[in-house]
Amino acid sequence: MVAIDLLYFAWVRESIGLGHERATPPAEVANVAGLIDWLATRGGGYAEALGDKTKLRAAVDQLFVPLDASIAGAREIALFPPVTGG
Amino acid sequence: MIRILVTDAAIDVAAELDALEHAGGGAVATFTGLVRDDGGVEELFLEHYPGATEDALGKLAGEAIERWSLAAATVIHRVGAMKPGERIVFVGTAAPHRSAALEACAFLIDRLKTDAPFWKRETRGQDAQWVGERDSDLHAASRWHKP
Repeated sequence: MVAIDLLYFAWVRESIGLGHERATPPAEVANVAGLIDWLATRGGGYAEALGDKTKLRAAVDQLFVPLDASIAGAREIALFPPVTGG
Repeated sequence: MIRILVTDAAIDVAAELDALEHAGGGAVATFTGLVRDDGGVEELFLEHYPGATEDALGKLAGEAIERWSLAAATVIHRVGAMKPGERIVFVGTAAPHRSAALEACAFLIDRLKTDAPFWKRETRGQDAQWVGERDSDLHAASRWHKP
């Protein structure tokens, strides 16, 4: 698996303590939910932000996707709470 | 004609309206959203996902233009820090007739709320809270799904 740009927004960004990083998930991480679980094992702010997947939404390469979406070939994955614009 | 703008500057409604009125339609509809003070909000901060936000808004405007045969669609959203009473969002449509302009305008603001990556944080005194998703917004957006 190659390195992926990870972006965090709103309280996900605040809990983790950064808005952008690059990471290389292990090969067994196949979808967004698996990525979230893998990141949460880092503990601290990651565990706090990513512990409850029902509060999270995601985009792969800037398109909104359900959490069971594959991350194969993804270059950029964003994790964030439900959107509240307008 | 599609105009999409995500900006930290104040929204000039008069200039936007003027442009819509020169788009060649017989009807122009607009919606302006203002920051509410909702129980003592002193500051509203808007975060967005640069690039993805503009793409999402452009996609919605394109869909509206096709579905209602619009002459023009404008979507402008403020980001950054705002005070109650300031304009946060502006949607405008120009169409041959009023029903298309009005419906497309409602479609754009309803779907913007669920389809575009923006997040609101309200500050009251020392307390800053991210705003949660609202079922009423999900419901409003869902009524535009084609059967």
